[in-house]
Amino acid sequence: MELYQGPLEVKEIFARWLDEEAASNYGAYIPFVGTIRAEDGIEALSFDIYEPILRSWFENWQERAKARGAIVKMAHSIGDVPVHTSSYVSAVFSPKRRVALELIEEFVEDFKANAPIWKYDIKEGKRIYAADRSTPMDGAGLLA
Amino acid sequence: MITVEFLGPIGKSPIEIEAKTLSDVAVKLKEDPQMAVWLDKCAVALNDTMVKDLGTVLKEGDRISILPPVCGG
Repeated sequence: MELYQGPLEVKEIFARWLDEEAASNYGAYIPFVGTIRAEDGIEALSFDIYEPILRSWFENWQERAKARGAIVKMAHSIGDVPVHTSSYVSAVFSPKRRVALELIEEFVEDFKANAPIWKYDIKEGKRIYAADRSTPMDGAGLLA
Repeated sequence: MITVEFLGPIGKSPIEIEAKTLSDVAVKLKEDPQMAVWLDKCAVALNDTMVKDLGTVLKEGDRISILPPVCGG
């Protein structure tokens, strides 16, 4: 798992991941790119990450992928990421396509629901928590 | 004493409290009007492991993290 300040160098990351697994005998490589769209007058998105729990979440996913003969990779931005650049990329490598197609969906959806990352809109220089697009994590409300 | 830290957008400095279980932490946090609006949406970690049981027993030096709704990507 890779974390970077600001936007991701998507081409460099995907090319490097391809090289890393060039001799691993995987038949399928499915990359996912999340790009910041220009909408609602935003200039950028901004992200806070809680790294210890993100790392354990990701390690758990590596185990789940391994059990199916696959591997997962991801990179995410910290701080401000301007529109039309990327804040999140991930990929699945697997021996055959079916597992990779299934895993990329499960991995990206669980990422949205349970990775400890907080998103903010940057509008007119102000950083505003994206409350209406955020999802309570599994187990939320325990202390209520 | 245990430490309670508030992640992401909550915007509150860490606090130190006396608590024997997570239930005690819940009682303390509900007394804080700033936190009352967050608690029903927040998940909880103990020393960086997610927890789901209010009866979880705490010991001196434990660190509780309060995690508000997330949106990566």
